[in-house]
Amino acid sequence: MASKKNINIKLKVWRQKKASDKGQMVDYSLNDVSTDSSFLEMMDQLNEQLVAEKKEPIAFDHDCREGICGMCSMYINGRAHGPDTGITTCQLHMRMFNDGDTIYVEPWRSKAFPVIKDLVVDRSSFDRIQQAGGFVSVNTSGNTIDANTIPVPKADADKAFEAAACIGCGACVATCKNGSAMLFVGAKVSQYALLPQGKVEATDRVLNMVRQMDEEGFGNCTNTGACEIECPKGISLENIARMNREYLKASLVK
Amino acid sequence: MKLDSKIPEGHISEKWTNHKNHLKLVAPNNRPKIDVIVVGTGLAGASAAASLGEMGYNVKAFCFQDSPRRAHSIAAQGGVNAAKNYQNDGDSVYRLFYDTIKGGDYRAREANVHRLAEVSGNIIDQCVAQGVPFAREYGGLLDNRSFGGTQVQRTFYAAGQTGQQLLLGAYSALSRQIGLGRVKMYNRHEMLDIVKVDGKARGIIARDLVTGEIQRHSAHAVIIASGGYGNVYFLSTNAMGSNVTAGWKIHKQGALFANPCYVQIHPTCIPVHGTNQSKLTLMSESLRNSGRIWVPKKKEDAEAIRAGKLKPTQIAEEDRDYYLERRYPAFGNLVPRDVASRAAKERCDAGYGIEANDTNEGVYLDFSSEIQSKGKQAAYAKGNHNPTDAEVTALGKQWLEEKYGNLFTMYQKITDENPYETPMKIYPAVHYTMGGVWVDYNLQSTIPGCFVAGEANFSDHGANRLGASALMQGLADGYFVLPYTVSNYLADEIRTGKIATDSPEFVEAEKRVQDQINFFLNNNGTKSVDYFHKKLGLIMWNKVGMGRNAQGLTEAIAEIDALRKEFYKDVFVPGSADEMNPELEKAIRVADFMELGQLMAMDALQREESCGGHFREEHQDAEGETLRDDENFSFVGAWEYQGEDINKEVLHKEELKYEFIKIAARNYK
Repeated sequence: MASKKNINIKLKVWRQKKASDKGQMVDYSLNDVSTDSSFLEMMDQLNEQLVAEKKEPIAFDHDCREGICGMCSMYINGRAHGPDTGITTCQLHMRMFNDGDTIYVEPWRSKAFPVIKDLVVDRSSFDRIQQAGGFVSVNTSGNTIDANTIPVPKADADKAFEAAACIGCGACVATCKNGSAMLFVGAKVSQYALLPQGKVEATDRVLNMVRQMDEEGFGNCTNTGACEIECPKGISLENIARMNREYLKASLVK
Repeated sequence: MKLDSKIPEGHISEKWTNHKNHLKLVAPNNRPKIDVIVVGTGLAGASAAASLGEMGYNVKAFCFQDSPRRAHSIAAQGGVNAAKNYQNDGDSVYRLFYDTIKGGDYRAREANVHRLAEVSGNIIDQCVAQGVPFAREYGGLLDNRSFGGTQVQRTFYAAGQTGQQLLLGAYSALSRQIGLGRVKMYNRHEMLDIVKVDGKARGIIARDLVTGEIQRHSAHAVIIASGGYGNVYFLSTNAMGSNVTAGWKIHKQGALFANPCYVQIHPTCIPVHGTNQSKLTLMSESLRNSGRIWVPKKKEDAEAIRAGKLKPTQIAEEDRDYYLERRYPAFGNLVPRDVASRAAKERCDAGYGIEANDTNEGVYLDFSSEIQSKGKQAAYAKGNHNPTDAEVTALGKQWLEEKYGNLFTMYQKITDENPYETPMKIYPAVHYTMGGVWVDYNLQSTIPGCFVAGEANFSDHGANRLGASALMQGLADGYFVLPYTVSNYLADEIRTGKIATDSPEFVEAEKRVQDQINFFLNNNGTKSVDYFHKKLGLIMWNKVGMGRNAQGLTEAIAEIDALRKEFYKDVFVPGSADEMNPELEKAIRVADFMELGQLMAMDALQREESCGGHFREEHQDAEGETLRDDENFSFVGAWEYQGEDINKEVLHKEELKYEFIKIAARNYK
């Protein structure tokens, strides 16, 4: 691999025993971190050190470690998923940091994502928004029409795919000064709005998903665009505009 | 124990239809009286839970992740196979069936695989109806590409994120049922044991991973769709949380575990970089459509590259050894995964590896030829019949970006190298496990009422899975097989009534779980769970990996046995039981990996032949190809648990009969 050097770092990490406890930043030092390691591998290394000292390791969410499951979170040095663009925390590498750096690690910051423990937050509000309308009401019989019966213009299919690439990580919410989930919801609404299969239920879908989004306590969009910059999958703000159009249309007919 | 695969009578192409027509049904008014538990929400679990909920059963679904959408099916990149023949290149249900049986090196059940091929087309229809945005051509119709082990284009895809799109499709169907109240979803819950009453599966014990609460859940049937066990190797392409615990716990309660030694080592992953590495990253097989795999022809060139004195782009065309094209001209870079992996190992073992890590293990996956040919095509398509070299290169790179953009970015983020300019470095890594819980044709394990689907079962891929077939199997099992076969089982349960959770069986199962948790938390050893997991992984990789022999396997069995004893003596698990405790979760999973690892070595030792991903060095021909022994080993090896000493597990054999395919040596030359 390209670089082969180790660095020593200091960390300030948010520790919070459980949701009802008051948390605090705690200082750690970690030596001999390979710059080829991912940020989460550095966290593993820190946890191994803590376990060796018979201390409780830092809880953080992670799973696939290849940038697709959306489970890893972490606010690193004041940025969702840390100091790089187009990535999740598992894809952030220690070569982005220098020897002697102090790194701040916090959980996602949003009212709608309460802290469960340390860096772990509860994002089940996203699931509930999806349950409110993020689907096509088709039974799973397999006896639908042949997949090629309805041609879909490539441009529409590509745009739907780009919206559907959302991994539901919540970086958009965490980074938004209003704690808005409109990029997430806009992406899901757009995916279906762009495809013929999703058009039938478009009216109810957008109304139900937006209602649920509001009920969960997410803020509104004021077109700052921070979400788009921090989105690991580059989901475009266009999706919010499309959702607003869909919402307006739906409000007029309902 | 006599294994009854319950394969229906009749011609292969009629078995499933006839079988379905004669399975028992549960009337819609009776379904709400019946509870079904689904463990795991990947393609198989989410599709099963959605389908059964939609039918009207009371479904409880469980996943250890914070949302069902995060199950590891999400990470599948390349595609999903279906015998649609949209490309008019001679595909058919029979060919998909044949390719899959052959790809599995004649160690899968004919009837299961044919059923899979039959329903493959429905998967695509279903997903499109759900709004899954597959890649399309300019005419608006679905696009296809090729995958290993086939000579047709039958793979449907969504860039390098097909698994994500299919899983989100299944997740949307599941979400719809959750919203309608027909499925109750338990996020951040892990199944830690099964409960049997009168021999039948009647529920599970689960731990709430947030509060630590141990819960009893009863049901009339339990479906395990918890994925594969590749993490027994510590380093694999699996997610960090992927584990065998659900499958292993039912094994300990009487479900046979089949072909544990069949592991898929995927040829194109990013090579290992260091000892703190936590996982390996796959580069999709689809890249072999466009990339050519090579190492230097001269050893001194390989050495110079490793020493950083030479760049791959400086190696002249005639000094490159495109070893797959050389050895397998008919399939070239698109040979099946096991073949490509072994060929990479062969070159690296011979000293031609190009990666400057401890083992020198790495080969090149080079896109420069494709950049030229696709760039030229793109220029012509634009009416430019005399493009300059720079124009061709730019257009070629643009084409690559459109096809594989996310993979190239992922590679660059991890390695800090630009794959548009220099070839990717790749090496095989553990990826998928063909073995799993033994199931009959109805996907029922040897515990009545306990069904197993997707990667967690053993049924469809024999000794090697073809690319883009895992997604196909997961959705086939969940959408199109289990709704029929589980209903058939449940037809006899309509009078049972609610299953109580205060029976002695539930109490006993809960005690087993509680005892294990108490043990770990009070053990107060000196070493972390990962310390043991990494040790286990090294034994598995070195001795139960790509090349296996009797001596290594015998050593592995003894070493794992000893490691397990040390683990129980010296593992330290911090924290308490009544909180979120990731170290405790890992300890419980690694305990099961230890036992399974030993069984895998035992299974590999008894299988005195080479087939698919199972390569016994004693059984190869002069050219290093696998030598099967059909006379003695044409069987499914299913192991029965006999208590704590894994060495005492008993092997049962299910004979494999090939009535519709002529069994032959696998040849990709």
